[in-house]
Amino acid sequence: MTAVTNPGVESAPYTVEEVCEHFDPVLGLEVHVELNTATKMFCGCANRFGAEPNTNVCPVCLGLPGSLPRLNGTAVESAIKIGLALNCHVRERSGFARKNYFYPDMPKNFQISQYEDPIVFDGYLDVPLDDGSTWRVEIERAHMEEDTGKSLHIGGATGRIHGADHSLLDYNRSGVPLIEIVTKPILGAGVRAPEVARAYVTALRDVLRGLGVSDVRMDQGSMRCDANVSLMPKGSSTFGTRTETKNVNSLRSVERAVRYEMGRHAGVLLSGGSIRQETRHFDEQSGTTSPGRPKETFADYRFFPEPDLPPLEPSRDWVETLRAGLPERPWERRARIQTEWGLSDEELRDLVNADALDLVADTVDAGAPPEAARSWWVSYLAQQANTAGVTLPELAITPAQVARVVALVAEGTLTNKLARQVVDGVLAGEGEPDDVVAGRGLAVVSDESALTTAVDEALAAQPDIAEKIRAGKTKAAGAIVGAVMKATRGQADAARVQELVLERCR
Amino acid sequence: MTGSELISLDAAELARRIHAREVSSVEVTRAHLERIEAVDGPAESGVHAFLHIDADGALAAAEAADRAIAEGTPASPLAGVPIALKDNLTTTDMPTTCASRILEGWRPPYDATVVARLRAAGLVPLGKTNLDEFAMGSSTENSAFGPSRNPWDLTRIPGGSGGGSSSAVAAGEAPLALGSDTGGSIRQPGAVTGTVGVKPTYGTVSRYGLVAFSSSLDQIGPCARSVLDAALLHEVIGGQDKNDQTSVGAPLPPVVEAAEAGARGDLAGVRIGVVTQFSGEGYQPGVLAAFTDAVRLLGELGAEVVEVSCPSFAYALPAYYLIAPSEASSNLARFDAMRYGLRVGDDGERASDEVMSLTREAGFGAEVKRRIMIGTHALSAGSYDALYGKAQKARTLIVRDFTAAFETCDVLISPTTPTTAFAIGERVDDPLAMYLADLCTIPSNLAGNAALSVPCGRSADDGLPVGLQVMAPALADDRAYRVAAAYEVARASVDTAPRIPELRALETSR
Ligand SMILES: [Zn+2]
Repeated sequence: MTAVTNPGVESAPYTVEEVCEHFDPVLGLEVHVELNTATKMFCGCANRFGAEPNTNVCPVCLGLPGSLPRLNGTAVESAIKIGLALNCHVRERSGFARKNYFYPDMPKNFQISQYEDPIVFDGYLDVPLDDGSTWRVEIERAHMEEDTGKSLHIGGATGRIHGADHSLLDYNRSGVPLIEIVTKPILGAGVRAPEVARAYVTALRDVLRGLGVSDVRMDQGSMRCDANVSLMPKGSSTFGTRTETKNVNSLRSVERAVRYEMGRHAGVLLSGGSIRQETRHFDEQSGTTSPGRPKETFADYRFFPEPDLPPLEPSRDWVETLRAGLPERPWERRARIQTEWGLSDEELRDLVNADALDLVADTVDAGAPPEAARSWWVSYLAQQANTAGVTLPELAITPAQVARVVALVAEGTLTNKLARQVVDGVLAGEGEPDDVVAGRGLAVVSDESALTTAVDEALAAQPDIAEKIRAGKTKAAGAIVGAVMKATRGQADAARVQELVLERCR
Repeated sequence: MTGSELISLDAAELARRIHAREVSSVEVTRAHLERIEAVDGPAESGVHAFLHIDADGALAAAEAADRAIAEGTPASPLAGVPIALKDNLTTTDMPTTCASRILEGWRPPYDATVVARLRAAGLVPLGKTNLDEFAMGSSTENSAFGPSRNPWDLTRIPGGSGGGSSSAVAAGEAPLALGSDTGGSIRQPGAVTGTVGVKPTYGTVSRYGLVAFSSSLDQIGPCARSVLDAALLHEVIGGQDKNDQTSVGAPLPPVVEAAEAGARGDLAGVRIGVVTQFSGEGYQPGVLAAFTDAVRLLGELGAEVVEVSCPSFAYALPAYYLIAPSEASSNLARFDAMRYGLRVGDDGERASDEVMSLTREAGFGAEVKRRIMIGTHALSAGSYDALYGKAQKARTLIVRDFTAAFETCDVLISPTTPTTAFAIGERVDDPLAMYLADLCTIPSNLAGNAALSVPCGRSADDGLPVGLQVMAPALADDRAYRVAAAYEVARASVDTAPRIPELRALETSR
């Protein structure tokens, strides 16, 4: 059989099990994270997704002649926090470099990045796998850089540059702070390589979310993953030629892209062909990859130290302060919460799957008992989210507000039924729970004299029933309680009303 | 007072008269606009210092200054004094071209920090001055809009890159100007036009709004006809700027005080080092003679003059011609026809990279292309260590030579440039000969220390101005001002040449 390497014809992918009979996969994952700082990396423009094109721009992020970069201190702080959370060393003196290449969405035609001396380096992340074990992924480095603008290719079928007849440029994203986190080669994962890749990106996302430094939305591009895959023959220690797959826009896609590339590589290699080093494009629909723009023979970015920015020398004290303030790792937190709240594995999984764990935990932190907090989020609020077609975290109520509602019930100001109305009011934008209580007049009527009057009026209105009660038929009290509840528009504590009815008939 | 009197006065004296309301800023501004009208054009034969003149804007600024003075609230000691701006500084009310076709017609949406400070101080911008394209050159012959001419001899170059600013000041078209000095572009033009040019310590004047040539070397500074005028302007433009992270937080050295102290003529206790490397072959005899005279005069003022050796300065020129083009190749990458300036070949069919290539081919001049290519090569993976890397090592050695020399000397001196103004056309085909004009000035750009050029009489062999360079340690600009001011006063007592050359032939030819 002759070797087939025609790039247009894909060899049939092998399963990972088949691949691993012959090869050991080697992974390398590069994750770009957009920081959620208020302003961009080197200017004062708002760092915001979704604004009208070219509205968050200024001479600096448009790279106008004469403009100079001004480093955003919060971006540096975020980079250090990320490094610390990934068990990295923080470099005492690092700096920026210029990466020179021409592309229309990059207004200076160079990108300010870090090259030889990234701010943090040499770390690891212990990644929880599905079976409860952990996999240590070693981190090579994490460095800061500025994002480019966005090109919108008009005309042509694919929205990609090939076939387009013109392009529009939006520089809102130009200069948005990015952190690129690069793993060391991930070896020895074998058939679990696709799972390890997904689990790593998931764990990284959870860590970054826990740090609060990024929105980490893969669907919006605030977290982007490039997956490098290569195969080496079993028993060999020489890495094979790698491909870099881009456009991997979900956690599931990370796993699928790695699996597909492993199979594709094996297909090419086992038929005697060779892998071409190239960038590939993942297609969500088909779950396959296709060649991107062929990489020019060798991209020489002509890196050199950025002369417009002084070296970066974070003080030890600052770094230690940031280290001390690091939050718990998300999965450690989960384990702690499970024990503290006495949750079954299933209950915990439900909370996590509903994206409710953080919300419940924050509600507990705001003073609510775990059971009440959990109950609100997984039942009533989950229904409301479902009806509104949003995720729980997107619901317009905060854990602190839920905790306040719980407290109002506990102190007797609200019944459970009233509490749901208060929550509805908060969701409808009527303000804080107390505002809704006041605004809608929802507080339980706990004024004893008012209640007593209402009870007396109800007894007087139904003398026959009053007589029955006095004769010892306490069950008849229900009708009077119902009348009182009606008269108070449900805002009385029914149990107390019952007591009062019996008292007044004694 | 006549216009010709007004244009011959120093900025300090003009300011005094304007503030005393002996003359208005409008009158002073009008006198300079008339002088520009009389001698600057035509581009083919006049001084051609200006690429753009904003008469209406200048008169409006002058009126505002007069009003503030009438109300007793002048914005600064220089309020009401006209000034010319090198055309690589961004200005919202005038184009910024860098003397390049590629930026022709570009109107920046923001003022450079120095321009904003000038406006806030009530100075009156007259227009934008000519330069070698993107400040790359020593003669203004690389300007896409034709060279400026030396007012002392219109067949000769006014220096470069800031020859527009130097010739405007020398010809009485402006009492003050701003320049930018990457390898000598303020000092060498000052020397060959008989004016004062100062390169402040790197980082003490904001570069925000200066179209970058070589970011680690570029420094904005004053051009004037007296040391005191330069110091007064220095105080207006200097000081930290949050928009330039290479600007230093240290307080500005007391340059005006130093210039005033120096003018009292006493240099007792000052140790001056003569850099031995800056003489010999390639130095015009008349320049060396004028320099020797200056050394004698400084000794008579009480200074102790010694010789110092800075052997690494021999590497300065080659190091500079690797570092500056390297940074330039990156800085000038943004001129790609996408967002502003020239666009060539956009016929709706060609791809953006083709349009970019055609635009850069048509928009950049030969010297700019040469430096972009040198710099691109020097930064390439295969040559980075041998070229850019080695140049940075040489830079470190030069810094060490300065450090050692300043351990024994308060300031160092040399001729500013090896020759007087050469003839237009003489060196255009010989880039290496052209590069030699910056031999003495480049070390201070590489090291970042302060240096200035002060008029040093005229060369006996051709009667043209010579410059004396005074170099001081970083953040000790005041020392250079003190020595230069003392020398200026002493020389004036023996040199009766007018400070503004006769340009009557030009005036009457119109
Ligand atoms: Zn901006």
